[in-house]
Amino acid sequence: MSDRMVRFGVKPLAFLASAAPAGWLVWAALGGHLSANPLSDITNQTGDWAIRFLCITLALTPVRRLTGWNALAKFRRMAGLYAFFYGTLHLLTYVIADRFAGLDFPDGIASWTTAISLAKSVGEDISKRPFITIGFAAWSTMLPLAVTSTAGWIRRLGGRRWNRLHKLVYATGLLAVAHYWWLVKADVRRPLTYGAIVVALLVARAAWTMCYSAAARVGRPGPLPRPAA
Amino acid sequence: MLIKPARDIASSEITSRTAYVSRREFLRAAAAVTAAASTGALASEARLQAKGAPHGRKLANVKRGELTLPGEKPNTWEDITSYNNFYEFGTDKSDPATNAGKFVASPWKVTIDGECNKKGVMDLEDVLKGETLEERVYRHRCVEAWSMVIPWVGFPLANLIKRVEPTSKARYVEFTSIADSKMMPGVRYPVLNWPYREGLRMDEALHPLTLLVVGLYDEVLPAQDGAPLRLAVPWKYGFKHAKSIVRIRFVEKQPLNSWQEQAANEYGFYANVNPTVDHPRWSQASERRIGEFFRRKTLMFNGYADQVQSLYAGLDLRRNY
Repeated sequence: MSDRMVRFGVKPLAFLASAAPAGWLVWAALGGHLSANPLSDITNQTGDWAIRFLCITLALTPVRRLTGWNALAKFRRMAGLYAFFYGTLHLLTYVIADRFAGLDFPDGIASWTTAISLAKSVGEDISKRPFITIGFAAWSTMLPLAVTSTAGWIRRLGGRRWNRLHKLVYATGLLAVAHYWWLVKADVRRPLTYGAIVVALLVARAAWTMCYSAAARVGRPGPLPRPAA
Repeated sequence: MLIKPARDIASSEITSRTAYVSRREFLRAAAAVTAAASTGALASEARLQAKGAPHGRKLANVKRGELTLPGEKPNTWEDITSYNNFYEFGTDKSDPATNAGKFVASPWKVTIDGECNKKGVMDLEDVLKGETLEERVYRHRCVEAWSMVIPWVGFPLANLIKRVEPTSKARYVEFTSIADSKMMPGVRYPVLNWPYREGLRMDEALHPLTLLVVGLYDEVLPAQDGAPLRLAVPWKYGFKHAKSIVRIRFVEKQPLNSWQEQAANEYGFYANVNPTVDHPRWSQASERRIGEFFRRKTLMFNGYADQVQSLYAGLDLRRNY
């Protein structure tokens, strides 16, 4: 696939497709197409999509190595930023629908008191409820990755350090799955599926690294085709 | 600096035609799988909004109950019949409405056994015989911190209990729900240890607020709400309200309810609505009334403290959650 085709064809399409769930949610919420508890639906859906995009992000490199389709490398940043985007929507929905909506407003809604009690309510909840703590930790690990996702930051950090920093995304994946797992009442099938995907991708990555460092020590090409980038 | 001459590429290192052709096929297959998966995901989201139940048979001669809540606006038929926790139909809130179509609630038999004089199998018609149906508008509080206001139609459980004459050994009542995998797809997965079981202490079961429900909004109860016979115990979390009851058993020892069996540290036997005792994973201090944005403060015993708190005098509610 040519560079032009990726840049002007596939990439914009992938961008739109990735934004589609958010667009669908806005449409469904405004049109009354969600369930009787729309705030809960929005919380769940944005969380689901954050985990799905994390899985996609983590899968891109292994799939690229397996298939040799190197153009996939060009989608890593987009997929990662979409994971951050849906994770941020998920966090904001929680802050608004779960925390803000539960406040008292002694000085009216638009007041310093509201801002302070909201900050307190979010802070207390994060420190008190372990599955919220873990969810917030998952989002927090994505923050430095999103900030340093620009070409400028890659240059400033240097490829090696940047790469090391961005390994954090595996921690994000594990934390996100733990967060989901902890919140369900009894039916763990969905968090189990996401957990299996994240762990499999982690293992694939570890196996790859081990193969290669072993091969590098012996000084002969490894058993698998070398990555192009 | 020593520059090694480039080695010729060994023929073994050249990707064979079959390998790269199959790689293309793999990519095509992968693309197809991805497309199918995303279509599936979107389709499953389109089902988020389950339609409410079709309207059923009208119940005749429903009296307006004295224990109805004044000043509360009931949720709509649509809300009450499309947003349900009924794991036998599936664990999503929309699953019961989606999967209720195959459920057959008639004929229906209820087994009465254990510590009582009139054991036996009763037809639903016999259960209802001689009872005056009344509408009771109750607050309904789910352990997940959402709530509704529901116009149930039924009669006091106490009436049925008196008819079957429990013995002096009967200290608790155990309710068993139907678990028929042909009509209820959720039963195929052991999410809980089926069939669903719940229990009440005898004085709770005999309390005038405890209702055996057969209807909603003056109509026959839809399957997703526990047709044809369910409990409403308004000062307790929703999971105490056994649905589609097929067995009522009188016992001497406190029965093990399904959620307690599943996670005893999170769900107790009493499950009284209590804003001061949090679920281990979330707060019970407030709730979202379905249809509202701002959360409401949860009331002690769900607002029924005047009627029921004497039942629990001397009981440590923190330990007996």
